Amino acid sequence: MKLLHITVLASLALPAGCRHSGPQPLEPKAYGTQIIEVSGSKQIAQVGSTLAQPVVVQVNGADGNPVTNALVTFRGEGMQFTPAQALTDSSGQASTTAQLGFEAGDYQLTAETTKSGGGRATLNLREIALGYEQTLGQAVNEKYCIRCHDSESTPERVSNLDNLSPAPHQFTDGAALNRMADADLTNMIANGGLGLGKSPQMPAYRATLKQAEIKAVIAYIRAVADPPYQAPGVKYGK
Amino acid sequence: MDDNDKPGPLRSRPTLRELTAFGVVSAALLLSLAIAPAKNYFSDWRHFQKEYLNIAGQRQSGTLVRSFHSGIRQIWVPKLGVVDRCESCHVNLEGALLGSTAQPFRKHPPIPHTLDEFGCAFCHRGQGPATSVEEAHYTTEAWEQPLLPARYLESGCGQCHLGPMEGTPGLNDGRKLLSTMGCAHCHIVKQPDGNLLKPDDNPPPLMHIAEKTSREWIYAWIKNPQAYAASATMPNFQLSDQDAADISAFLMAQSTASSAAHTPINLGARTPPPDATQAAALYGALFCSSCHAVQNAAGNLVGGNFGPELTRVGSKVNPDWLQRWLNNPAGYEPGTRMPHYRLDAQQIGQLSSFLMNKKDDDFLANVHLPPATADSVAHGKKLVTEDGCAACHQINGVNPPQNFAPDLTRVGSRALAQVVFAPGMKHNLPDYVVAKIRDPRSFGPALKMPKFTLTNQQVDALATALLAQTDRAAGLPEELVTSAARTTNYHPGGDAGRLMEDLRCRSCHAINGNGGDMAPDLSWEGSAVQRAWLEDFLKNPNTLRPALIRRMPKFNLTPGEIKTLSDYILSAYQSPGLDAQTVDPHALDAAAAGRGKQLFYSRYQCQSCHIADYKNDKGYVGPALASVGNRLTPAWMYKWLKDPNALRAGTLMPNFSLKDDEARDLTAFLMTLKAKQGGGK
Repeated sequence: MKLLHITVLASLALPAGCRHSGPQPLEPKAYGTQIIEVSGSKQIAQVGSTLAQPVVVQVNGADGNPVTNALVTFRGEGMQFTPAQALTDSSGQASTTAQLGFEAGDYQLTAETTKSGGGRATLNLREIALGYEQTLGQAVNEKYCIRCHDSESTPERVSNLDNLSPAPHQFTDGAALNRMADADLTNMIANGGLGLGKSPQMPAYRATLKQAEIKAVIAYIRAVADPPYQAPGVKYGK
Repeated sequence: MDDNDKPGPLRSRPTLRELTAFGVVSAALLLSLAIAPAKNYFSDWRHFQKEYLNIAGQRQSGTLVRSFHSGIRQIWVPKLGVVDRCESCHVNLEGALLGSTAQPFRKHPPIPHTLDEFGCAFCHRGQGPATSVEEAHYTTEAWEQPLLPARYLESGCGQCHLGPMEGTPGLNDGRKLLSTMGCAHCHIVKQPDGNLLKPDDNPPPLMHIAEKTSREWIYAWIKNPQAYAASATMPNFQLSDQDAADISAFLMAQSTASSAAHTPINLGARTPPPDATQAAALYGALFCSSCHAVQNAAGNLVGGNFGPELTRVGSKVNPDWLQRWLNNPAGYEPGTRMPHYRLDAQQIGQLSSFLMNKKDDDFLANVHLPPATADSVAHGKKLVTEDGCAACHQINGVNPPQNFAPDLTRVGSRALAQVVFAPGMKHNLPDYVVAKIRDPRSFGPALKMPKFTLTNQQVDALATALLAQTDRAAGLPEELVTSAARTTNYHPGGDAGRLMEDLRCRSCHAINGNGGDMAPDLSWEGSAVQRAWLEDFLKNPNTLRPALIRRMPKFNLTPGEIKTLSDYILSAYQSPGLDAQTVDPHALDAAAAGRGKQLFYSRYQCQSCHIADYKNDKGYVGPALASVGNRLTPAWMYKWLKDPNALRAGTLMPNFSLKDDEARDLTAFLMTLKAKQGGGK
């Protein structure tokens, strides 16, 4: 009797188990010619974590209108996507949740769709992973720097940037900050504008921040710079 | 020698067969002897070290190659039982190699410890002494702790560091959630310093709940708390309709009268009918939104999360109860964090009708409960007891359960053999912890743990905090454990103390290490402020910071109460490091003030963050200083300018390393900034 039970159960469980093995590959029912970003690039998160906002892209046809049921594939070295493949919805959009890899730095996310006449349309987006030092820098930034160095206001934190002249550099302003060496930034933070013949609006933080905290802020500034910061020195292949 | 001792026949030459056998045996022996050296020769670490030397040779013209010593490398910390050989393959952790490289040759990113202080597996897990990639990184039959995914890595820090740190936001959030989501009501979480994690969510007592709300509301709430208030932290017990109806019947049946039940609120017939605009203005003027949130038309919550969300409060509470609550919350709930406002009858009438209008008529429209019977009440009590409701809520006739849920003190080292995985799950600890937090009933419908409403980030943060609860952490040497700042049990005494408790000052302000962090610490407030300002502020709190949305409410204190509070604050809350005589009042003359003004506007450009003159200055970051000469004492100002962090740890104000005379001149200038006669601020 018991054996019969087990057999019946097993025969029930087997097909159920098989159904779960491997996701069904999605088949596109329509094709577009272009893929564009809706939202979700340049997000900043800690290494290994899931990005707070989904990455949303849109597939357009030759007429510029969104295409429904086109297949979008997401990939990126070191990243994981849920789902990695999706069909566009009625507004031509597909979204995925992305998880960053183990290493700090820039991650390149590629969204890809097959074009109607063959070939592929791709879109490259940038996401930013913070390691321990950059995370510490982010915390220091959010406490001390952000009020004046970020134009965005929240109900809890009104930006002071517009009240200042000359306006402080936003930390994402790679065009300006990438040209400054680490030593210059350290000097600026430690000794303030007054010590360097620049605007005294920037206070000296040498008695407030520890050396490691100043270093961490610079690591954070380098991580979020747009265009991305390239460290000086010889580049080697991997 | 005798005859018998004659030489035997000579041994014939070995046959070919024997030779072959001998050869095979010898070869087999040699081969078996070669296994160990070969394994060594073809080992993962040797392979990687060779590759490393290749790269180093290309990049550093041999200098690094010559100084490199090949072989197994290990970090040995006997005190912690650390034997980590990860460096045998990860040879570039210190970053000797020029330029960037892929694993295993990446440089270790900067951390606040040296690598040989704790080794690798302390934070990363995996098997430290292993020398093959497979055994070091993944689960084997003999070793079940694989490498920890990066998103939980902060749990490594949490083994020693028990308080919040700037570099570990995930761990901080997770620990906070363990308290604010009430996990610690049911689970024991003992930290390495021996202290228990304490819940910090203030679940309301239910002993008088029939006064507050209806049975229908209780039913709808326990069926799905988040349908009533999106921000509710109460978990979903996934109750059947019948069970929810019975629990609501029992909760109504056990309810007794509160001490405030018979307090008459005499709104009086004279009171004019409440005016909606005025009531909304009163809600704003009392700064209710500092603590309570309301969902706006766009669906966003506006307001604080210190008290319950009020979006649909009109569908919940009885109007009589609400009036008594507004009159004095402690009459219903002695332990409430809500202050006792001194509202008059008209204000109570306005506020209560304003709040009763915040309702959602659909919320209870479809709730039709059968009348309660003795059976349903008894069944409800059984469910309340079994589901552990009393672990969080005070309920008449039900004792808080003991050892109700598993002890989580060492959950971060739980042996996988003791873990029951749900079908289809990966067999590792982090995935188990995450799945358990996300949907406990997926492990079996009979499990008691309810389902909490959490974002993915919150789940990861909670998992990080729990994974820090390891065997290793529990057995750490005492000197390595960095405890969190402990709250004291300070309570102000005397008449003023009673008044301060009635006003619930410590809900927002910390005093001598006990209290909230929403508002400034008051431990040294008596050294900081002038009497006239303090009395005026208590009468009519006005904001010091133009950009702040959370503000001190107006309590409508009597002159007597204001005097009691001011006297106490000015005499009891003095900073020991501050001497009122530090600053010679004669030195604060007009000449000094003139120099101070120069320093303020030109040299240090304080107007970037502060407003000294509302006409010209725009700085938003720090408090407005336009009447600071009425507010602060010169001694406090001077010390503050010299070293703000010494007076208020963690303040935003940077230390400008001012010279003594600069601080004195700035103090002289700031003391000239007074409110204009006639009350202008």
